[in-house]
Amino acid sequence: MIAGSRLAASRRVSGIAGVVLTGFCSALAAGLLIVILGYVVVQGWSAINPAFVTQLPHPVGVSGGGVANGIVGTLIIVALATLMAVPVGVLTGLYLAIYGRGLPAECVRFLAEVLSGVPSIAIGLFAYTILVQPFRHFSGLSAAFAFAVLMLPLMIRTSEEAIRGVPTAIREGALALGLPDYGGVIHVVLPAARPLIVTGLLLAIARVTGETAPLLFTAFGSQFWEVNPGNPMAALAMQIFTYAISPYDDWHRQAWGGALLLILAVLVLNIGARWALRGRTKRS
Amino acid sequence: MSTELDSPRTLTAARGRAAQRGLTTRQAVSDRAFRVALLGATLLFVALIAGLFVELVHGSWESIVTFGAGFLWSSEWNPVTNHFGALPFIYGTVVSSAIAIVIAGVVGISAAVFLAEFAPAVVARPVSFFIELLAAVPSVVFGLWGLFVLAPILSQTVEPFLQRYLGFLPLFSGPIYGVGLFTAGLLLALMIVPTVAAIARDLIQAVPNELREASIALGATRWETATRVVLPSARAGIVGACVLALGRALGETIAATMVIGNRPAISASLFAPGYTLSSVIANEFTEATSSIYLSALLELGLILFVVSVVVNGGARVLMWSMLRSLGRRP
Repeated sequence: MIAGSRLAASRRVSGIAGVVLTGFCSALAAGLLIVILGYVVVQGWSAINPAFVTQLPHPVGVSGGGVANGIVGTLIIVALATLMAVPVGVLTGLYLAIYGRGLPAECVRFLAEVLSGVPSIAIGLFAYTILVQPFRHFSGLSAAFAFAVLMLPLMIRTSEEAIRGVPTAIREGALALGLPDYGGVIHVVLPAARPLIVTGLLLAIARVTGETAPLLFTAFGSQFWEVNPGNPMAALAMQIFTYAISPYDDWHRQAWGGALLLILAVLVLNIGARWALRGRTKRS
Repeated sequence: MSTELDSPRTLTAARGRAAQRGLTTRQAVSDRAFRVALLGATLLFVALIAGLFVELVHGSWESIVTFGAGFLWSSEWNPVTNHFGALPFIYGTVVSSAIAIVIAGVVGISAAVFLAEFAPAVVARPVSFFIELLAAVPSVVFGLWGLFVLAPILSQTVEPFLQRYLGFLPLFSGPIYGVGLFTAGLLLALMIVPTVAAIARDLIQAVPNELREASIALGATRWETATRVVLPSARAGIVGACVLALGRALGETIAATMVIGNRPAISASLFAPGYTLSSVIANEFTEATSSIYLSALLELGLILFVVSVVVNGGARVLMWSMLRSLGRRP
């Protein structure tokens, strides 16, 4: 504090009170994570056993069973979504980074920002109208499409930032060595930008792994093993939702178990994304 | 730090020299193919967003034609007689999001001020990390926690307390269910606090140090500097951050569905069950039997989409204008 001796006491007190109050709000927000994690770990731990992760759901009234088909379904849907989102996202990011000056490019950036705020359920409806309604049945593929659309804004933004972060000198060097434009980009710029792009991808995967809303009318859910994405599929997040709002205690227990698995996956992806950035200073 | 990758002069010169040497046709063709691929991906992305809007309008056309603008203020939702109106859902969405943004705004901005202005790095770094991870917690997990932990706590302690002292207000009267608008609003607040806190912190940090130094030199305390100099210069951006978070609350589906009670009624009491636009879609979409029912649900989705575009577009403009006025590139 400056000129402490001459500062009026009331001003000093209000300053201290302010810092304490804002500090309390920070602790509240950060503590909430610990509280939620704590509940999920304590409640979910008892539900986790080998059967839970290897068996199919049991019918209502038969206790036991697991969410194995949901885990596999989530993996398949997220993998397909990644396959769809990565090419479009990275190429659009490249376009914006390399040719992205002027109004059209600004519009594309703005669209990406706006799309990142569109509710996932609206994107689920879109997937329903173009991939479920025409074929008259629910499918894992339509869920993957909805997830891909959800991943795109983050993929585009991080790819563009990553590529812009590669110094111009490196790219000029590639040109000077006689590499054509695309060669320079593919062999020099993309490898240099890869860690940041991977970070963005991991964050995008983390975001959709926990998504539930668009799945309700795309993947729809299934009680069986389903590995064909042309059919309705189970997904972990949706199983948690269904179990949580059911009236059965055993299903509530399984919902907590599923939540523990889901939150672990999402946290590992998030921490992995930060780890991929290790040693890099954040943009100023 | 954000360098223009395509620094025009050097690259054009390099290309020119390559052309003089006689770039092989194969290379020229591949270069063009590469450029077309990039442009193609970008156009595909734009087409997707256009398709999203067109499909929602197309799907809700039957409902738009049948109910017209009255859809927005009719409160009847009756699948048996095929009369549909969105008002109860708009009401539930607006009330729960309003509760959420008031609470999350206060807590989030306070946390941002603390983290950006007062906390030493040893404290700020882990706290920021926790807050950012909180943003990553899936909404179904928030919903689960809200349903089994938050709702019972509220219905046994907080809501009776509010009712005893503020029960004369219609807002806090009526029976307590545990699930309802208040619980949903509070849960949504917890979900969007990280958004407000993280963005507001970044924006506060973007305020140039000269302003702080000048204020301290004039004899202000650090608290006075933070609240009267730094916050006002970041005001537009912070409002933008709050609007962005509001957009998230408006569209949040699963967590709201689990704790709001899912009853299409408009009641003055915050403790009463309600329904949001997104949760009625989540609950009823796969059960919609008639085409007009499906179309009405799609129109709810269209309303959500349009509102989110307006809200997010506005938020971005606010944040850009702040960073621009501070002379920084967003």
